[in-house]
Amino acid sequence: MKADPAGVLTGVHYLDGDFACGEGAMAAGCRFVAGYPITPSTEVVERISRRFPLMGGTFIQMEDELGSMAAVVGASWTGTKSMTVTSGPGFSLMMENIGLAAMMETPCVVVNVQRGGPSTGLPTMVGQADMMQARWGSHGDYEVIALSPQSPQETFDLMINAFNLAEVYRVPVLVMMDECVGHMTEKVVIPPAEEIEIVPRTLTGQPPESYLPYKVDGKPVPEFARAGDGYRFHTTGLTHDERGYPVMSKECQEKCVSRLLDKVRRNVDNIVRLEEREVDGADVVVVAYGITARVARIGVELAKLQGAKVGFIRLITVWPFPDRRIRAVAEKVRAFVVPEINYGQMVLEVERCAAKAGADAVLVPHPGGGVHDPKRICEAILGAAK
Amino acid sequence: MSTPAEHPEVLPEEHPVAPYIRTDRMPHIWCPTCGIGTVVKCFATALAESGLDLNKVSVVSGIGCTGRVAGYMKLDGFHTTHGRAIPFATGLKLGRPELLVTVFSGDGDLVGIGGNHFIHAARRNMDLLVILVNNFIYGMTGGQNAATTPLTAKTSTMPYGNFERAFNLPQLAASCGATYVARWTCLHIRRLTKAFGEALKRRGFRFIEVITPCATLYARLNKLGSGLDLMRFYHDNAEIRHGADTREVGIAFQDRIVCGKFVDEEQPSFLEMMHEHYRKTLGSKYVPTPPEGGWLHE
Ligand code: SF4
Repeated sequence: MKADPAGVLTGVHYLDGDFACGEGAMAAGCRFVAGYPITPSTEVVERISRRFPLMGGTFIQMEDELGSMAAVVGASWTGTKSMTVTSGPGFSLMMENIGLAAMMETPCVVVNVQRGGPSTGLPTMVGQADMMQARWGSHGDYEVIALSPQSPQETFDLMINAFNLAEVYRVPVLVMMDECVGHMTEKVVIPPAEEIEIVPRTLTGQPPESYLPYKVDGKPVPEFARAGDGYRFHTTGLTHDERGYPVMSKECQEKCVSRLLDKVRRNVDNIVRLEEREVDGADVVVVAYGITARVARIGVELAKLQGAKVGFIRLITVWPFPDRRIRAVAEKVRAFVVPEINYGQMVLEVERCAAKAGADAVLVPHPGGGVHDPKRICEAILGAAK
Repeated sequence: MSTPAEHPEVLPEEHPVAPYIRTDRMPHIWCPTCGIGTVVKCFATALAESGLDLNKVSVVSGIGCTGRVAGYMKLDGFHTTHGRAIPFATGLKLGRPELLVTVFSGDGDLVGIGGNHFIHAARRNMDLLVILVNNFIYGMTGGQNAATTPLTAKTSTMPYGNFERAFNLPQLAASCGATYVARWTCLHIRRLTKAFGEALKRRGFRFIEVITPCATLYARLNKLGSGLDLMRFYHDNAEIRHGADTREVGIAFQDRIVCGKFVDEEQPSFLEMMHEHYRKTLGSKYVPTPPEGGWLHE
């Protein structure tokens, strides 16, 4: 369906990434936000708390991030599109209820404007060191979807994407921004509502007597009933059967968990979005995401000036990881160069996919607190091309 | 031997609260003589008598023995994470304000691990009915010390007796801003049912503490006899003092238990304050979340 015009601030704007994130959420139909202040993400909820009362949305500042995430999961069970926004330390606290959202199959969006870590780290400075936490942060086996924008405009666009993916796969979708993208101000074009396609929460059409909250009938996800419509359903964070009732057995665990994984794993090709440049014929391919992708492109150009045959892949979707594509590229290149603002996270995935073909995966690390010098990325490319 | 069919007058009757219970999940996991079932029965009776549209009533639990209530009541039921029932319920209420949202959980869940959420929901006068079953101990995990364990009581992690001071829950709730505060034991089924019925019709943060026997752990570790012995203890030691100063209703080990309705005030709830404030400041520009929620559809 088309976006609700009440949430769409159509026009050409000059916005930072955090504001663009808020605008994207509202345009996507988000009408419940719970959050706790944390630098460098707070501007997102500041924007939303100003605009929500004008469009039928509710913002609440919770007592902590544990509560924020719990409230988001609760609100989503009313059919209201819900999200929270945070940075590293808050993201750690949210892991508990991100797991609950995954287990209950609750559509929701979590934005992490990454700063330097660990612990309190660098509150006002950039980092990209929560990428593995996004994938593995909550305990147990589950799948999430994570996206990484490189600009305010793309943040706006990906927020709409994130809310739509959350509906389709009934998973928490994590938008892994970084402080640079969050605080950089650029042109953001917000299209008219009728040009924004949103996936609404689709409610089950079954009568309450025959409805089972976790019956899938061969589809990737079960049909959704919201609280208050007479279905009187039960849902739990415990391992559960089709009725949503807890069943403590190996068989039920296998059925329950494997479906949580399969609904994403079997749809990787439908979910993943990449941007590729000059990958064909390249000796070396740079793989980057977020703000680092923009810096890396300069490194690529510098290396090309020195005669290197270098391609570029930007991960727009970071989780699920685009295994198939990276494996295919690995067959044809000597090495991947992976710059990221951490000491080696997504590079591990690239390495895993490159290993079989014998291609190298070269990390260009950065401790956080700034972005790479493009010259370092260029040197890594030239070194890998040898 | 005659069969019931020959004597229709002795046909087994359906339990009066069966329509409010997921009977397909019986038998439940609670121990014999555990008090939680009695509290559920009283709550179900109050719901039955309330005349409320039960399709609009949700129950949210955290983790623990009482945490299982959300799975046994035939309502929209959410069994959430440990300590987070209140914030989950907050989202549910704000997402669809016409819902009547109840939190049903234990002492360890709501004021141990979830204490921060408890005090803030009370401060906000959030539109929730919170039923806290207090058995003075962590039951599900095997009898560990709780924030409610009375001084000197034995628990599996305080084998020489508890030396930490316990919360006085009515005082905690009242001092944080709860507008309805009551305490009963699960022996007081009539009064407890009445309190549930009354609180279901109020707005804002309503808190009802129910003292219940945990025969398996609290009674055993403290050599207090059976669940029935604890009920007898409540009979002999509960003291009804409506309107009592909540500072004076703390519970000492095997001492009197002051029961009653301590607070019942008309105060604007979170949602009322929010609406009123936005109407005042934004005027006709204010668009409240509709009662049926922010669900967007064609
Ligand atoms: S352990 Fe105690 S509280 Fe838990 S079900 Fe048994 S008697 Fe009840």
